[in-house]
Amino acid sequence: MFTILKKQELAPSVKLFVVQAPLIARKCQPGQFVILRIDENGERIPLTIADFDRAAGTITLIFQEVGHTTRQLGRLSAGDALLDLAGPLGKATHIEKFGTVVCVGGGIGVAPVYPIARAYKEAGNKVISIIGARNADLLILEQEMAAISDVLYITTDDGSKGRKGLVIDPLKEMLAAGEKIDLVMAIGPVIMMKSVAEVTRPYGVHTIVSLNPIMVDGTGMCGGCRVSVGNKNKFACVDGPEFNAHEVDFDGLMARQKMYHSYERREHRCGGDCSCHR
Amino acid sequence: MSSIKHKMPEQQPEIRRRNFDEVALGYDDTTAKAEASRCLQCKTAPCRQGCPVGINIPAFIKHIREGDFTAAIDEIKTKNNLPAICGRVCPQEDQCEKFCVVGKKGEPVGIGRLERFAADYARARGRKQKVILPPEPLGKVAIIGAGPAGLSAAGDLARMGYKVTVFEALHAPGGVLMYGIPEFRLPKEIVRQEIEELKELGVEIVVNAVIGKTFTIDELLTEEGFDAVFIGTGAGLPHFMDIPGENLNGVYSANEFLTRVNLMKAYKFPEAGTPVHAGKRVAVVGAGNVAMDAARTALRLGAENVYIVYRRSEEEMPARAEEIEHAKEEGVEFRLLTNPVRIIGDERGWVKGLECIRMELGEPDESGRRKPVPIANSNFVLDVDTVIMAIGQGPNPLVQQTTPGLAVNKRGNITTDETGRTSKEGVFAGGDIVTGAATVIQAMGAGKKAAAAIHEYVQNKRKGARNSQ
Ligand SMILES: Cc1cc2nc3c(=O)[nH]c(=O)nc-3n(C[C@H](O)[C@H](O)[C@H](O)COP(=O)(O)OP(=O)(O)OC[C@H]3O[C@@H](n4cnc5c(N)ncnc54)[C@H](O)[C@@H]3O)c2cc1C
Ligand SMILES: Cc1cc2nc3c(=O)[nH]c(=O)nc-3n(C[C@H](O)[C@H](O)[C@H](O)COP(=O)(O)OP(=O)(O)OC[C@H]3O[C@@H](n4cnc5c(N)ncnc54)[C@H](O)[C@@H]3O)c2cc1C
Ligand code: SF4
Ligand code: SF4
Ligand code: FES
Ligand SMILES: [Mg+2]
Repeated sequence: MFTILKKQELAPSVKLFVVQAPLIARKCQPGQFVILRIDENGERIPLTIADFDRAAGTITLIFQEVGHTTRQLGRLSAGDALLDLAGPLGKATHIEKFGTVVCVGGGIGVAPVYPIARAYKEAGNKVISIIGARNADLLILEQEMAAISDVLYITTDDGSKGRKGLVIDPLKEMLAAGEKIDLVMAIGPVIMMKSVAEVTRPYGVHTIVSLNPIMVDGTGMCGGCRVSVGNKNKFACVDGPEFNAHEVDFDGLMARQKMYHSYERREHRCGGDCSCHR
Repeated sequence: MSSIKHKMPEQQPEIRRRNFDEVALGYDDTTAKAEASRCLQCKTAPCRQGCPVGINIPAFIKHIREGDFTAAIDEIKTKNNLPAICGRVCPQEDQCEKFCVVGKKGEPVGIGRLERFAADYARARGRKQKVILPPEPLGKVAIIGAGPAGLSAAGDLARMGYKVTVFEALHAPGGVLMYGIPEFRLPKEIVRQEIEELKELGVEIVVNAVIGKTFTIDELLTEEGFDAVFIGTGAGLPHFMDIPGENLNGVYSANEFLTRVNLMKAYKFPEAGTPVHAGKRVAVVGAGNVAMDAARTALRLGAENVYIVYRRSEEEMPARAEEIEHAKEEGVEFRLLTNPVRIIGDERGWVKGLECIRMELGEPDESGRRKPVPIANSNFVLDVDTVIMAIGQGPNPLVQQTTPGLAVNKRGNITTDETGRTSKEGVFAGGDIVTGAATVIQAMGAGKKAAAAIHEYVQNKRKGARNSQ
């Protein structure tokens, strides 16, 4: 059992857990994730390791309540425990001194971007971060990102915080202004990662995205997480989750993410009217 | 004496095709004794050479004939840690029963059925084996993967007196027994009970431990203080055909489809949280045991038409005759000499058809089977909404990639000598990770052999260490 030591609400329906998991904390690196199961009837879901404390033997998970399992997770409190937690899974982010790195995090995607941006910074890079959300309430990890970034841009769809607009706007401007960017790392909704890829493509700036297809085992056994990258099928759980954005078939990924929509709706007993199914 | 095996009662096809309960129901006491009487108690017991774990077949059958069922199971368990499982899923016709003398003129003795009977008899009565463990363990051994190979090595080593820890990537031990073979052929409760018994021998099972990630083999040998490691990680990497449309919604690997249903209990959705999409018309590509399991599972999830699509003919189908028979009885339709060329999707990215080409048999290929060749302009579309690829699995590379000095062949399987020794000192391997996809009992046999080799290795090493002190 993996005990939840701390619970915090970062935004409406976005929660943070600090979980006791010494074996995972000992080994994990930025970019890796875990697969958890809440109880005996639970499904296996992947969540990124948003932070870790090796000495304390803990990892931090940040999740958005979008459906049955993440909502059930959100109802747990400090002192409760998860039945299963496997990891660290996936390949770690390749960290070295590239020069100037732009880290883009959209919505819940800021959570996985944070440890990566921090590691880039520690490796001596200039880190320019762009984080965004639909509105000010949904923006997470602003302080944390500010602390490890040389420059931080904030965007919201409605302008309630930072600039009104999308996370790609500051990126477009930097590129248009001829700013030298050695690497872009973008994590967020697939549609956001796709637009980042389109923005950087003409400039030939190497761009990495972290993909989130539907997973089951997370060990390369089921092939359910396959994504076409450079016209070859890759299993995101073992070959990724990070890939060269300019090679990813984002449309295919988006279609596959919807595979269980009709089931997920039935499961909610909400008729599919809830915000997660818009 | 009857020239045929005593029949085992079964659920009727029209009923069982819609439920997940076990198909074969097992012998009762009287039938078991009668079947046991068919055994000639051959002095040379040729049947034994067909059993990879070397069960003393005539001895346990004699106990059944005499009505001493507990003596029968005690005899079996000296060699086989998982008898209720093997009695159900061993392809006996290719193993023990193939060599049975009685089979020369009629049907062989139902060795598997009798083994199952004895194991079920003991399980129903909660009978456990007695073990006396040495006060001081002989050494510490790590087992990677809780499939049949790993579990059988673990059981043997524990019984010899080792402290054994099994590391399993998934949340439940059992390997293919848990995630692949369906409930209606092998109830998961039986797998759990047989594994429980191993735990009572002192075997510790650590689930959620992905070796290569959570620990590496080198860390187990150095930092964690294990004297030796056995790798039994199986053949879990699913193959796809590399045809257009394979990433459409509604296309599964058999592994994913079966894992969702067996390990994750998707047939109980939404009570169990994992969904599965079975569809109304399902094509399963391939004709091995895995394909039959996927096809029969799809039926039970409510599919109206389930097709087996196979590029060769009936004769070449690799599945056990019994499984093919069961699938046919339940209504699975066979589209033989048919090869998929493309999966057709609708505008929303879902499967709506499987384009196939008809095949004919040409000259024999390397495998000795006649090679299927496409018939020009014979394409047609099978109207389906789900496609399940059951065309084989390869070795999962996680352990190999993270273990320097571990030799593998060009397919990625770990290479070993006949005792299970790998190229790396203190590291042994067996089961599907070495041979490629094979059978439960072959994996168990390999685990057993490796256990003996590990014992020898650890004792020599310790002796060496004592002598040099
Ligand atoms: C490598 C990886 C890292 C992730 N990290 C995070 C994270 O740090 N924080 C976070 O909030 N979310 C993360 N996700 C997404 C998270 O796993 C899904 O939101 C969650 O599984 C939804 O489950 P549900 O039952 O609550 O919702 P459902 O209603 O069942 O599903 C909602 C949507 O989530 C996706 N989803 C459903 N089941 C799975 C599954 N088994 N695996 C992946 N996606 C699924 C589907 O697109 C689905 O339409 C990550 C996904 C991946 C693959
Ligand atoms: C659907 C299906 C039906 C079958 N039916 C039959 C049948 O009727 N009769 C028969 O004899 N055979 C059958 N087989 C074949 C048989 O199941 C296999 O040959 C046998 O299970 C191989 O045993 P194993 O121990 O080598 O590997 P597996 O059973 O594959 O077990 C390997 C275990 O290792 C774990 N693992 C993998 N990588 C790691 C890692 N890095 N760290 C930790 N753990 C890891 C896996 O999660 C798994 O639990 C069937 C196979 C399938 C897929
Ligand atoms: S374990 Fe399998 S091969 Fe051995 S006797 Fe039993 S059924 Fe036959
Ligand atoms: S070969 Fe057949 S008849 Fe002879 S001992 Fe074995 S099971 Fe009995
Ligand atoms: S989640 Fe099963 S192979 Fe990646
Ligand atoms: Mg869900």
